[in-house]
Amino acid sequence: MTAHVVNVVLSGVFHASILFLVSAGLQVVFGVQKIFNLACGSFYALGAYVGVSAVGWYLEAGGPPALFIAPLAVAGLAVGAVGVVVERGLLRFVYDRDETFQLLLTFAIVLMMEDAIRLTWGTSPRSTSGLYLTYGRVGVLGTTVPVYNLIVIGASLAIALLIGGLLTRTAFGRIIRASADNREMAEALGVDMRRLYATVFALGTALGTLGGALVIPATVAMSEMGIELIVEAFAVVVIGGLGSMRGALVGALVVGVLRSIAISVYPELEMLLIYLIVIAVLVLRPRGLFGGPRA
Amino acid sequence: MSGRFVLALALGATVLAPLVAPTYHVLLMLPFMAYAVALLGLNLLFGYTGLVSFGHALFLGVGAYTGAFLTSVFNVRSMETILAAAAALGALVAAPVGALCVRYVKIYFGMLTLAFGMVFYTFVLKFYRLTGGDEGMPFLRPALVGRSLEDLPKTDYLVGPYYYYSLAVLVLATLVMWRIVRSPFGLCLKTIRDNPTKAETLGIGVARYRWCAFVISAVYAAVGGALLGPPTGNVDPTLAYWTQSGNIVFMTLLGGFASFFGPVLGAFVFIYLQDWVMSVVPFWRLIFGAILAAIVIVAPGGLAGFWVRRPPVEASSP
Repeated sequence: MTAHVVNVVLSGVFHASILFLVSAGLQVVFGVQKIFNLACGSFYALGAYVGVSAVGWYLEAGGPPALFIAPLAVAGLAVGAVGVVVERGLLRFVYDRDETFQLLLTFAIVLMMEDAIRLTWGTSPRSTSGLYLTYGRVGVLGTTVPVYNLIVIGASLAIALLIGGLLTRTAFGRIIRASADNREMAEALGVDMRRLYATVFALGTALGTLGGALVIPATVAMSEMGIELIVEAFAVVVIGGLGSMRGALVGALVVGVLRSIAISVYPELEMLLIYLIVIAVLVLRPRGLFGGPRA
Repeated sequence: MSGRFVLALALGATVLAPLVAPTYHVLLMLPFMAYAVALLGLNLLFGYTGLVSFGHALFLGVGAYTGAFLTSVFNVRSMETILAAAAALGALVAAPVGALCVRYVKIYFGMLTLAFGMVFYTFVLKFYRLTGGDEGMPFLRPALVGRSLEDLPKTDYLVGPYYYYSLAVLVLATLVMWRIVRSPFGLCLKTIRDNPTKAETLGIGVARYRWCAFVISAVYAAVGGALLGPPTGNVDPTLAYWTQSGNIVFMTLLGGFASFFGPVLGAFVFIYLQDWVMSVVPFWRLIFGAILAAIVIVAPGGLAGFWVRRPPVEASSP
């Protein structure tokens, strides 16, 4: 019994750590630019495909399989540079527009990215065959877990701490928080908004693409994975509260673990349960568990 | 060219189309007319009330599944009954959903509608014993105005009686919506869109008006959803997925949300352009995404915006 519970919870936490990365990207962009980026799921899918390709090249070049995680993470982070292109090429034109138009522009990016991925990698699912268990399994409280899962959970926690440190303890973090609070004031005090927006969007994108790259050994890359993940990331940020990093962490844990429990107890309930919670949160506490005072 | 003349011309062409146009293009008119009905409703919310729903596929789904259940489970074949039931169920679902959603505006309204849409989607997807899951449900051929029409070949049925039936529903829906937006109710909605605080001060019950607009738009979407069923003969959950909600908002924006007929034009252009693009390259989303991005950035008034007065495009920074 304990073994089963531990198994369910750990697989939930693994999913949550991926969800956290993507949602953190969504949050940092929403916090500063006030844009709800539907395309964060597409960046996640992009990261997954790039990860598959990077690991493929790495193995072909004769790299030791035990270190596959290095090219995976590097590729995931590097492809975040796409964010700069998207921000400078599209989003910067709509900062002063109604939220609706901003949302629709990110929807346009979702449509474009989905086909761009199909054009580049084809329509059949891709995977990094057999690397998932490179590091073997380890026994945890009576059950066995792939070590890779534990590495990802650890990495995600480390990134959460890093972001927390970045936001609260560095000059750059202070600038981000100041701009999120009051853009005009920050600009008047000499913050270069163009650069800040491009940097923040690239950071948000890189978190999404890294999430996609890290999930890939455990699953397969499919072109629909982006539009499926965005609704989960959406649930995470609503539960946690839009714009809040702590909210992303807690929301991701809630969604990841609950989904995992639902799948093992009553699979039909899976996402239904999550959306019902989302609705309950939106109705009872629209700012989410950790949302700020601003609606 | 006056608007009235263009409208008469468009209506005339639509009436004559089955007689002269190739069958294939006539068949494409069927989803167009169904979406046009749904979009008239969506735009009451979007263009006239200023609320953008990202979950209206929910009501398309409610309408389509109502028809599928009635024809294939309860053996009710009358299209009039199906449309009435779809409208009633749409209103029934929209009443509580709307009551919760209209408490919020902008991004929170959009998110709440998206969440409700996904609840419905996961429900029809997961409860496959009831709904057939991702394979969907058959929508058997409905009888029109009491005539069974079972012996007609499928194409003859669709380009003949069903075509004119859909057209009649669209014309009727347009006339009713025209009355709604011209009524004092419609004027109140526009006031709410432009300045909710002022509307409240003037004694307009903002939340109640928004709720009414929400329910009416849901009824239109449900009727449109029911009309979508017979041409394919099957109803599946993708109709209720969130990207579908995005697509119908896209159609509205493409045609122009600031104009009454804009969304209808948007549905027409979307369907035919999508068909044409797909026949040339398989990657229609890439091209449509680029079109949507271009509209949002340079022509937020949509196609109708080029024709009517052009809304000012604000300068953007940084």
